[in-house]
Amino acid sequence: MKTIEDLKRLREKVEAQTKLRYETGTRIIVGMGTCGIAAGARDVMSAILAEIARRKLEDVTVSQTGCIGMCEKEVLVDVVRQGEPRITYGKVTPLNVATIIAEHVVNGRIVEEMIVGKMD
Amino acid sequence: MSLHILDLVQNSLEAKASKVSLNVVEDLAGDLLVITVRDNGRGMSEGEAKSVVDPFVTSRHTRRVGLGLPLIDMYTKLCDGRLEIQSQQGNGTTVKAVFRYSHFDRPPLGDMVGTIRTIVIANPSLDFNYCHAVGTQSFSLSTREIVEALGDVPLSFPDVIVWLGEYLKNNLARLYGGVTDEND
Ligand SMILES: Nc1ncnc2c1ncn2[C@@H]1O[C@H](COP(=O)(O)OP(=O)(O)OP(=O)(O)O)[C@@H](O)[C@H]1O
Ligand SMILES: [Mg+2]
Repeated sequence: MKTIEDLKRLREKVEAQTKLRYETGTRIIVGMGTCGIAAGARDVMSAILAEIARRKLEDVTVSQTGCIGMCEKEVLVDVVRQGEPRITYGKVTPLNVATIIAEHVVNGRIVEEMIVGKMD
Repeated sequence: MSLHILDLVQNSLEAKASKVSLNVVEDLAGDLLVITVRDNGRGMSEGEAKSVVDPFVTSRHTRRVGLGLPLIDMYTKLCDGRLEIQSQQGNGTTVKAVFRYSHFDRPPLGDMVGTIRTIVIANPSLDFNYCHAVGTQSFSLSTREIVEALGDVPLSFPDVIVWLGEYLKNNLARLYGGVTDEND
């Protein structure tokens, strides 16, 4: 059975090991308006979290946002690498998540065929 | 249903809430399922709160038709229940959805672990409280408690993601008597 105490132990372990540098990391933002949710945003988010956990990516943060008016392109996922333009991917499914994370988040190679927008 | 819950919480976030409480009560004796989302966001005027179940009312400009509340309203009515919205401009909003628990058309709760984990991890600075009761058993979790235990370790830290998934799964299983979830 997991308890809150586990987190305190984890914190001690992490603090002993590394200097956290998550502020300098990559941000992933998932569209969670009704349109996004209906298109599967929660399962995309779950896939992203699973992939972060599997690859042990310690400097990636995730957040959610509302509808930005491209409902037909949901699920929308934005990836912002530190100091780089914000890239918006459209029609993302849980199956695309591993590719986006491996290519863009980890290796910095934008997945061109899934892009719907780019913003500085 | 867990997707509608996520949708309600997203409404609270869009209303700039810094605090959101989610209560899920599976009242087996009273044959009711009651889902309540309370926030301290910008709230709505009385007229607005009355009209939001009309699918053609939305404050968004990017799309003409809101889907969230009218759809939930429809589901509650289908299940001998109701949707109550209490709100005051500047004073937050409480949305309460009531369903007959055993109603044939009541959607299952579904993936609550996925919904709660998303809300917690994607909104680290939101003061989020979740309380879930099934019969006489209950479980509650607060983002603040987790963040305090973690200190500088972010919520999206790999081990935290795994921990939260397991923690939610364990505790929800306990609510359902440790056996299989009725909602799977
Ligand atoms: N928690 C809340 N606080 C303040 N206003 C709210 C809240 N929930 C809903 N509203 C108001 O009710 C309107 C209708 O909400 P609803 O969820 O039905 O549609 P929407 O959020 O506008 O669009 P969608 O959910 O389809 O992305 C919102 O635009 C907003 O003005
Ligand atoms: Mg909404």
